Amino acid sequence: MIVAKNITKSFSRLKALDEMSVTFSKGECIALLGPNGCGKTTLIKTILGMVVPDSGTIEFDHEPIAGQWLYRNRIGYMPQIGRYPENMTIANVFEMMKDIRKGSCKQLDEDLMESFELKALMHKKMHTLSGGTRQKVSACLSFLFNPDVLILDEPTAGLDPVSSEKLKEKIIMQKEKGKLILITSHVLSELDDLVTEVFYMQDGKRVFSKKILELKEETGEERLSKAVAKMMVLSNEQKHDKSYTF
Amino acid sequence: MKKVLYTLVMVCLVALCAKGKTIRVGKLKPFKSIQAAIDFSVNGDTILVDPGLYKEKNIIIQKSVTLKGIGFPVLDGDKKYAIISVKAKNVLIEGFKLQRTGRSEIRDLGAIMIYDSYKVSAINNILDDTNFGIYVQNSKKCTIKDNSITAYGKNELQSGNGIHCWRSDSLIIIGNKIKGHRDGLYFEFVKNSLIWRNVSTKNVRYGIHFMFSNRNTYIGNIFESNEAGVAVMYSKNIHMYNNHFLNNWGDAAYGILLKDITDSEISGNYFTKNTVGLHMEGCSRINLYKNTFNNNGWAVKIQASCDGNDFTGSNFVGNTFDIGTNGSLVLNTFTGNYWDKYEGYDLGRDGIGDVPYHPVSMYSMIIDSNPAALMLFRSLIVSLLDKTEKILPGVTPESLRDDKPVMKRIPL
Amino acid sequence: MKKIYKYVLLDIIQNKIVLIYTFLLLVISFSVFTLESNSAKGLLSLLNIILIIVPLICIIFSTIYIYNSSEFIELLVGQPVKRKSIWLSLFGGLASSLSLAFFVGVGIPILLYHADSTGIMMIAMGLFLTVIFVSIAMFAAGIIRDKAKGIGLSILLWLYFSLIFDAMVLFLLFQFQDYPLERVMVFFSFLNPIDLGRIQILLQMDISALMGYTGAIFREFFGNSLGIMISFAGLFVWVLFPLLLSLKKFKKKDL
Repeated sequence: MIVAKNITKSFSRLKALDEMSVTFSKGECIALLGPNGCGKTTLIKTILGMVVPDSGTIEFDHEPIAGQWLYRNRIGYMPQIGRYPENMTIANVFEMMKDIRKGSCKQLDEDLMESFELKALMHKKMHTLSGGTRQKVSACLSFLFNPDVLILDEPTAGLDPVSSEKLKEKIIMQKEKGKLILITSHVLSELDDLVTEVFYMQDGKRVFSKKILELKEETGEERLSKAVAKMMVLSNEQKHDKSYTF
Repeated sequence: MKKVLYTLVMVCLVALCAKGKTIRVGKLKPFKSIQAAIDFSVNGDTILVDPGLYKEKNIIIQKSVTLKGIGFPVLDGDKKYAIISVKAKNVLIEGFKLQRTGRSEIRDLGAIMIYDSYKVSAINNILDDTNFGIYVQNSKKCTIKDNSITAYGKNELQSGNGIHCWRSDSLIIIGNKIKGHRDGLYFEFVKNSLIWRNVSTKNVRYGIHFMFSNRNTYIGNIFESNEAGVAVMYSKNIHMYNNHFLNNWGDAAYGILLKDITDSEISGNYFTKNTVGLHMEGCSRINLYKNTFNNNGWAVKIQASCDGNDFTGSNFVGNTFDIGTNGSLVLNTFTGNYWDKYEGYDLGRDGIGDVPYHPVSMYSMIIDSNPAALMLFRSLIVSLLDKTEKILPGVTPESLRDDKPVMKRIPL
Repeated sequence: MKKIYKYVLLDIIQNKIVLIYTFLLLVISFSVFTLESNSAKGLLSLLNIILIIVPLICIIFSTIYIYNSSEFIELLVGQPVKRKSIWLSLFGGLASSLSLAFFVGVGIPILLYHADSTGIMMIAMGLFLTVIFVSIAMFAAGIIRDKAKGIGLSILLWLYFSLIFDAMVLFLLFQFQDYPLERVMVFFSFLNPIDLGRIQILLQMDISALMGYTGAIFREFFGNSLGIMISFAGLFVWVLFPLLLSLKKFKKKDL
């Protein structure tokens, strides 16, 4: 569904993405993993068109996205830090988004709004909200229009455990509907029940990408965090092995 | 006693005889032509002319007669001739319409030509499409009054002057309306004359133009919308009171240009909406007081060649620049005028500002030497320069200032 | 496009600064007309407001507003919206609200006290300068990421157009004093919208100085209807040029 070919993006001297090629298909739920500053967010933003790559192409449903905007009708995006016009109320923001995305979906999905009990806060201005509430707003917005693709950048960061659990449930429900879901997170334990695949990157490059089942088989670990850690050790050893063989 | 009575009667009789007879000219009258009537007349006769069109080439008057038109008979010069030439004293020409004079490269041709005469009057005539209107040469004590003189000049070369006086003395020129000539009024070597209540407009060159004409007085005349305004030169003892100089626009147009005028008085005049209201060069000892300068580009331009001129009690209102000058030497004084741009204060409450006013702005000097700087007119940089210059004069002449600027507009 | 424009406009109109700006202009205009003895002198004071204060407020307010809208822009860029419409809506919202503020604050007093060709020209030029300086602000905010530097650049640009450019022209005039520079000056005036606006207003107002004497070429060029049309076209270019440059930049901007 989303195919990126040889994406390169540098910010001054830093190479955020280095010849990155990747394919994400329908029905997958992918965990984008990697250390801080490895280019996860940049990758997400290039897919969304918020960052324009220096070279390479991205296709969404076989259509290149450069200069396009309509494909974003089918994406729900939850940013890492939601930034909203300060003197709008929550209600304003929702109205505006509904207004802008009018026609992109027939059935609005307001489940999260109800489970987060946002309705009671509707009249509050954005700049009075706590970080967690903002995250809730971001989450609600990303699910609101029933998009085919969900891109969630650190979705649970800043959420209380209860809300975090509610969000996870929601994500699982969406996954079951066969949507493509991209999640980045530092807290690997949270992803255990969610993801079907792991995509690990470092310094703007892919280190490995594997189906979660394969990963667990290869490493013999049940928990994702441990499996990933072991995988890292393995891949590092491989590198060393190669260097020694020469 | 008897002798006195006898003398009195004799004087009366002589006076009656001097009045002479009346000769009528007209289609149904004894004389069909004016020239014939004049030839028939003797000194002191009156010739009355009926309405009608008379084409008589140049009528020459060499006797002291009175020539009067009834209902403005038309004398037509057929675009070839002068219309009336006077070569005698005590002639009066009144109530004619004189039209279509000739034009000549060699001679000046006009509607009424007065040569070497004394006490000739031209009163209440209508002159239309004339080359020269009324032409006075070598004459004395002539009166030109209430004539309406119109021409349709297109350029300076092909048109003559409305009232043209040369080498004459003690003329009285009153209430004429002059339009469309080269110069409305033109004097050269004319002395001791009075020019009063004339209106000179839309002339191809100057409203009034004089040179070498001393001791003349100009009162209550209006000079409006002339191509080059008014220019007067090389004269002494000029008196100008209550004249209006209006609407003279253009890059060489002046409300009035004074060149080498000395020992004169200019008072109570109005200079309104001219590119330059009053331009002075080489002028000395002129008293300028109680004049009004309104809405001119430059109210006064005074060249450094002027000295001893004195501006007092005048109003300067709505002018783009109050005073312009071209050098740092200032030999003229400005005292007790009202300047609408004055920003000083009057703590003493005596109606006189406590700090001097400098009427020359730096920008006006820049423009004077560098006309293209006009592009920056009223820009921030220019107002900043002007403000700094006011505080620390460097370019503008420090001594050109009014030490006693009046706070309120002077009622004139 | 329309929708985003609507939200920007609603947001700016609620902004207190625009209201204060409108009110301030209104107070200045009315006091200028009621305190000055003749309304021509009042117009002259307003000229300085139009040529100096209006551009300054417009450029600084717009720059700050654009930087403060970064959240809004960021939110929208991830949505199915053309980048072009986001940027142009911002421009449209700023330009129309500030123009409205100018029209209420200066235009209406002028129409009440001095509704002649001079007044109309002043209103037209004020509106033009408002829009042009919003456009220049878009340019400044478009090419610089950092807010403080961006505001610095916009102040510098204002200073350039209202003072430095004219100072340079003056300098040139003195350097090349011996050459006939009138025609060159006509060209130069097109390089600065403030100069262009000022000349147009002055041609209506200060005809005394401009009509005769040195202004012959200015009058010849700017005084007839063709000249006025060319100057208006020049002002249009000044609206479009910075805006399109910034739009080009914005289309490639990373958020």
